[in-house]
Amino acid sequence: MKNIVELKDVSKLYDETVALGGIDLVIKKNEFVTLLGPSGCGKTTTLRLIGGFEQPTTGSIFFDDVDITNVPPHKRKVNTVFQRYALFSHLNVFENVAFGLRIKKLSENAIVEKVDKMLSLVNLSGFEKRDINSLSGGQQQRVAIARALVNEPEVLLLDEPLAALDLKLRREMQHELKNMQQQLGITFVFVTHDQEEALSMSDTVVVMQDGEIQQIGSPVDIYNEPINSFVADFIGESNIVDGIMLEDRLVDFAGSRFECVDSGFGKNELVDVVIRPEDLVLIPAEKAKLTGVVRSVNFLGVHYEMIIEAKDGARWLVHSTIMEPVGTEVGLGLEPMDIHIMKKVG
Amino acid sequence: MVRFLKRSYIYLLFVFLYMPIAVLMVYSFNDSRSRGTWGGFTLKWYGSLFRDRTIMSSLYSTLIIGVSAALIATVIGTMAAIGIHNSRGFLKKLIMNITYIPVLNPEIVTAISLMILFVFARVRLGYLTLLLAHITFNIPYVILSVLPKLRQLNKHLYEAALDLGSTPAQALWKVIIPEIMPGIITGMLLAFTLSIDDFVVSFFTTGSGVSTLSITIFSMARQGINPKINALSTIMFVFVLALLIIVNVRQARDEKKERNGKIGAKKQVSPYALEFGDS
Amino acid sequence: MRRQSMMPYLAWMLLFIIVPLLLVVYYAFTIPSETGNVWSLENFTRFFEPIYLKVLWRSVYLAVLSTMICLLLGYPAAMIMVGNAFTRKSALMLLFVVPMWMNFLLRTYAWLTLLERNGFINVLLSALRLPRLNILYTNSAVILGMVYNFLPFMVLPIYSVLSKIDKDVIEAAGDLGANSLKVFMKVVFPLSLPGVVSGITMVFMPALTTFVISRLLGGGQFTLVGNLIEQQFLVVGDWGFGSAISVIMILLILLSMAIMSFFEGEESEVALW
Repeated sequence: MKNIVELKDVSKLYDETVALGGIDLVIKKNEFVTLLGPSGCGKTTTLRLIGGFEQPTTGSIFFDDVDITNVPPHKRKVNTVFQRYALFSHLNVFENVAFGLRIKKLSENAIVEKVDKMLSLVNLSGFEKRDINSLSGGQQQRVAIARALVNEPEVLLLDEPLAALDLKLRREMQHELKNMQQQLGITFVFVTHDQEEALSMSDTVVVMQDGEIQQIGSPVDIYNEPINSFVADFIGESNIVDGIMLEDRLVDFAGSRFECVDSGFGKNELVDVVIRPEDLVLIPAEKAKLTGVVRSVNFLGVHYEMIIEAKDGARWLVHSTIMEPVGTEVGLGLEPMDIHIMKKVG
Repeated sequence: MVRFLKRSYIYLLFVFLYMPIAVLMVYSFNDSRSRGTWGGFTLKWYGSLFRDRTIMSSLYSTLIIGVSAALIATVIGTMAAIGIHNSRGFLKKLIMNITYIPVLNPEIVTAISLMILFVFARVRLGYLTLLLAHITFNIPYVILSVLPKLRQLNKHLYEAALDLGSTPAQALWKVIIPEIMPGIITGMLLAFTLSIDDFVVSFFTTGSGVSTLSITIFSMARQGINPKINALSTIMFVFVLALLIIVNVRQARDEKKERNGKIGAKKQVSPYALEFGDS
Repeated sequence: MRRQSMMPYLAWMLLFIIVPLLLVVYYAFTIPSETGNVWSLENFTRFFEPIYLKVLWRSVYLAVLSTMICLLLGYPAAMIMVGNAFTRKSALMLLFVVPMWMNFLLRTYAWLTLLERNGFINVLLSALRLPRLNILYTNSAVILGMVYNFLPFMVLPIYSVLSKIDKDVIEAAGDLGANSLKVFMKVVFPLSLPGVVSGITMVFMPALTTFVISRLLGGGQFTLVGNLIEQQFLVVGDWGFGSAISVIMILLILLSMAIMSFFEGEESEVALW
């Protein structure tokens, strides 16, 4: 796949604050890429740099192999869906969507045709004359999307577009957006702090923190093979404990030695051991290396969420479809491949 | 009982407020010039009002100055508000403070300072200086009407317009200005009203026989009672009352629309909100 | 691009606000002499002669008195209008505001008709066999004119602030054991202070510097500071002295605003929307 957007050593400073510290990023054509991270990690800044609303302090931005670092936003072939939609309240739905087309001075017929097509794509046919202020949040969202897409950009930037919607609507829109992207075959660059959202929609996830890229990969890779404890902690739930890597494929933690599948660490190196809650299985205490007492049980519908306190005081989060009542002594079983070792950060 | 007392207090207050105007209006129909006796009903004072060249020409001047000053002040003020809104820090504070100077200064100080300027620059006092003075005290009020509207805007609107392909100028013209139009209109109306009603600044900055209505009334009033002024007051009162009723009826209608589901109807102008920090 | 749109205004401000004020300062601090204008404080020291100080004192006295009367009359009015005695509040407000929109001169002129020897009030009093009032061209007439003109400017800010007080707050105070008087003193009045300060500012300042009211209702000999300044510029031609008085007035205004901001607490912006 071709590269459509490339950032080379791009950094952004606001007075003394480093919003982005020299990142390199490649976005491929027709990809659904998500920039994921907590507030302040630099994901929105990156998006705005691609859109042209900010200038990088250092580095260059390329679009289709052309340097667009100094090209102003209205000349870039990207369109943006803003966080609170930024719809023009003095125009009705039709005119909002047609705005970009009118600027380009398309013929009236062409405009009507394109707008109608786009409105039916976002399921808002018949809403042409409606007042923006009379629409619900979800509807306004779709108008914002239609307004951007009707200009047939090569890249669509979306800045936390679903943040203001309620849960059910969010889920619906996630499906719709994914379908749209695949149908239209254009590149989507999506910004969110919601890791579930990122995992469910994306082809590629870029995890960011403190202005740096932590990891780039497919949702499955990010989830199963987090590169460091930040990513492990941010994506899904994790148990993270200290351990010592005795030698390749052997690690010591929680008072026992465990076989694992990672290698490449120094002898007796201090490491972070990451285990997902759903990978821990309840087994009889006598048969387990890792034991503890059940401290709390929560029924979440899909599974039980339990906290098991081990003898050394460590609290293990466990997701399981079976449960043991509070106070029971249990053992936790795990497979070697579910033990993820990562270098300690910082 | 308490309620009765409360209502009476307010009614008395209203009597106090309206009595002078009511008396003026009644006497405008009095055939006798004397304020002690009733000489019979007549409309002659209205006739002589309209035949009075001085009053009519000053009315004309007042309207011309009012409209022109309001328009020019609105243009300069709106542009200024947009610029101020996009400024930061020290510059912004400085400009805002200077903007407040004509608002907080006693009118007479504004008036004499402008007069000194014009004489110093050897500009003859007349229509031009009057217009310049009116624009000067109008602009801050336009800014103070437009700025809050700018603050309420979604900060991404301008960027959205750019994103969709408009140049910065187009974005301002096609998106920002329409969105803040209610504030611009309010500012313009406010400026017009201030100009029409102004006396002190006009008094010092006009010359060559150019008079505003207020100045003419002042000259006539200094010479004592004149029934023509009574007639003028009556006409103005009816006009103002009608205007305010219309504005209020429209406002009530818009509020009703709001309650019936059309959320976000444009915020309306309330007459006293124009003059105070009402939000 | 957007910041450049300020340029016309900046130029205008400089030329028509800053420069004139600088000129006023210039004239205030200079006096003419054979060799042109020289720096001097003579204009200011002249102001401290008894005759002028009397004028200042009278202006301050009348302004303070008018402001207090406006406050005493206006605060209860605002409270009643906000309260339950009236239901159609917007109609009430409308009626209250209409006189304000009448031309300021006409409203002052109206009192001439009422107050003169054969004016309406005296006609009424005679008819009721009560003694006549001769208050035209006295302090009382001027105070009356000031209160009449500026009362709405006191009532409206107070009304505005009072109407924003959450009814729940008052109920909570009652719930916690305060009787009506206490609720007022400890909750309502303190919350209404910004409106009171606003009202006082909007009455005191114009009252202090008016010259129309004093001229029309006080007569030709009645001199307040505003009249004094007007005379210096249009009659006597002593711009230096007139400017100095203006500078003194500005300082007085700034002083009273500083005092007012004590009661204001946090900074509040004057907004018109």
